[in-house]
Amino acid sequence: MAVPLAAAPPATRRARRSYRGWQFVGPFMIVFALVFLAPIVYAIYLSLYRNRLIGGNAFVGLDNYTQALQDPQFWSGVGRVGLFLVVQVPIMLFLALLVALALDSGRLYGKSFFRVSIFLPYAVPAVVAALMWGFIYGSQFGLIGNLNDALGITLPDPLKPSLILASIGNITTWTFVGYNMLIFYSALQVVPKSLYESAAIDGAGQVRIIRSIKLPAIRGALVIATIFSIIGSFQLFNEPAILRNLAPNAITTYFTPNFYAYSLTFSGQQINYSAAIAVVMAVITMIVAYVVQLRGTKDL
Amino acid sequence: MSRFIKVAAAASAAVLALAACGGGGDDSSSTGSSGGGATVTDAQVEAALQKGGTLTVWAWEPTLKDVVTKFQQKYPTVKVDLVNAGTGDKQYTALQNAIAAGKGVPDVGQIEYYALPQFAIGKALTDLNSYGAEALKADFNPGPWNSVNSGGGVYGLPMDSGPMALFYNKEVFDKHKIEVPKTWTEYLEAARKLHKADPKAYITNDTGDAGLTTSLIWQAGGKPYQVDGTNVTINFNDAGSQEFVKVWQTLISEKLLAPISSWSDQWFQGMGNGSIATVATGAWMPANFVTSAPAGKGKWRAAELPQWTAGANASAENGGSALSIMEKGANKELAYGFLKYANDGDGVQVRVDGGAFPATSKTLADPKWLGDEFEYFGGQKANEIFAKSAQNVVTGWSYLPFQVYSNSVFNDTVGKAYVSNTTLADGLKAWQDQSAKYGNEQGFTVK
Repeated sequence: MAVPLAAAPPATRRARRSYRGWQFVGPFMIVFALVFLAPIVYAIYLSLYRNRLIGGNAFVGLDNYTQALQDPQFWSGVGRVGLFLVVQVPIMLFLALLVALALDSGRLYGKSFFRVSIFLPYAVPAVVAALMWGFIYGSQFGLIGNLNDALGITLPDPLKPSLILASIGNITTWTFVGYNMLIFYSALQVVPKSLYESAAIDGAGQVRIIRSIKLPAIRGALVIATIFSIIGSFQLFNEPAILRNLAPNAITTYFTPNFYAYSLTFSGQQINYSAAIAVVMAVITMIVAYVVQLRGTKDL
Repeated sequence: MSRFIKVAAAASAAVLALAACGGGGDDSSSTGSSGGGATVTDAQVEAALQKGGTLTVWAWEPTLKDVVTKFQQKYPTVKVDLVNAGTGDKQYTALQNAIAAGKGVPDVGQIEYYALPQFAIGKALTDLNSYGAEALKADFNPGPWNSVNSGGGVYGLPMDSGPMALFYNKEVFDKHKIEVPKTWTEYLEAARKLHKADPKAYITNDTGDAGLTTSLIWQAGGKPYQVDGTNVTINFNDAGSQEFVKVWQTLISEKLLAPISSWSDQWFQGMGNGSIATVATGAWMPANFVTSAPAGKGKWRAAELPQWTAGANASAENGGSALSIMEKGANKELAYGFLKYANDGDGVQVRVDGGAFPATSKTLADPKWLGDEFEYFGGQKANEIFAKSAQNVVTGWSYLPFQVYSNSVFNDTVGKAYVSNTTLADGLKAWQDQSAKYGNEQGFTVK
């Protein structure tokens, strides 16, 4: 959206309106409208109707939204990703930060090897990762099962209802630590080395350098990574969808809002209601992400 | 958010899938709505076959490939385009998308019996009464024929059927000196004995399977679903459902069921290595044993399904599907010609030779077929058991006109009984409520 605004002022200065600016931004605006705005508008349009097996399609105004706001299944999904967000995101970002700082410290032997191997899980397709972890988690024939057999112990089943969310958190942490590490690491790279030198001359230790130079310097990157992670948490879909084959009773069709929308669409043909859920969820995500951004960049 | 939008946009087509092509409410009319009332005669169908053309068939049944080859040899002017658009749910989604979009709709689609009423009530399928399908009634077993009938119309020709049998690992049973159970009570006893003798072995696997649950309630004489047009009753409190709950709750509570989902790799491993001792399922199962659990070869046998009442011989169907003609298909006469060939004519033998379980009564009475010795079952003439089961299927069962949805929330509700303190009875009640809620939202009157 910034592009057309930036291009517009020269045209307004003239008495005769010129559309030259539009000629430049036109192609972009068309693509933007087609691939960004149209789907959103269409989803909102869909959410105002209700199509039924008996009785056909009818305009119902905001009924779908009223229903969504009162839907305990939807809110249990929101609650679940909320909990996930509050627990998993800090752990993941903390680990990523730790690794980035370790890599940046220059004291690590085999730095590039670590960097690549920590980033590697992110290169594994999410579906493959979930399948792989599903196999590890299997208490009958998986790695957990093998450990139980070999050591004669009974490890808790990671796929039971009370642990499944933690197990999913483990998968996403494994996948995304490397990704976030890369964001932090590249932000650390642009910190001028002279700052470290002056800090050393002033007698600052490593911890002090981290606290007073490195962390403030990458604050923007931290905020961005947090926002990405929030959006990612609210979009949780792949892992529950894949693991559901292994733990059909622990992962419900409304496990996450995203999975709920998917189930509504493909099992129940409730596309309209699903669209309403999607819109509500988008609004919630935007609000949370915006609040975090506001707070994170307050005195930047 | 973008993924949401993508889902919504991609599925947008599916939106009006069912009701869009109908909308009206007179589903109970028995005359059928296709063809504008004009009845299509066999001669017209034959003429269409001679004239030729292209047919698109969406099906995943593996033996259909050979049928198509033979069909095209017989009718060289017809070109059949056999497309595997996914199995079960996946194909239904694609099909509903195509129907809503109004293009790319196949001429013929494979539809499982449990899903057929949902498509029929959405007027997605052609009522074959106007093609004289009623005359074919005697060619099919009553169970499958009953399944393609919905609200007075005939919405497909039965392709296969799944009269149930109990498949068991004889080696395991012999090793622990366990008798093959004749009743479900004996089955429960066998489960206890087996698991006690070998803690790694289970009588069977189950993590909550809507198809199995409904089939066993069906066998027990339960009729939880009553459908009269758009008036639907769901009640899991009837005697048959209670019988099922009693035995199955004990199996769950005493942890006698392997927590392994059907169709998983572990399932087939378990059948091969003896840790899963029985599987109660449809007669289409043997081909799956051969291809996916080769380690069990020679060890397994088929037996009649255990009974809820000692001495009875009740059975039920599990699975099975029909070929239906799409209401929006282009060349219906030609399509009907193919349906008859594949499911009632020469195609039946081709499929039976390929290992499919037929729905035609003639095949079931064929001594040569009955005498087939199954190598996997140690030379047992298993078809005799299956044929008997097919004749003993309890009549009067019907699925919900929104069973596809209902089954999708089975694990949300009944599944809780497998992993928590929720009882099976409470789980079924929750399933009933959730299904009723959906039915009412969809414009049915559900009680």
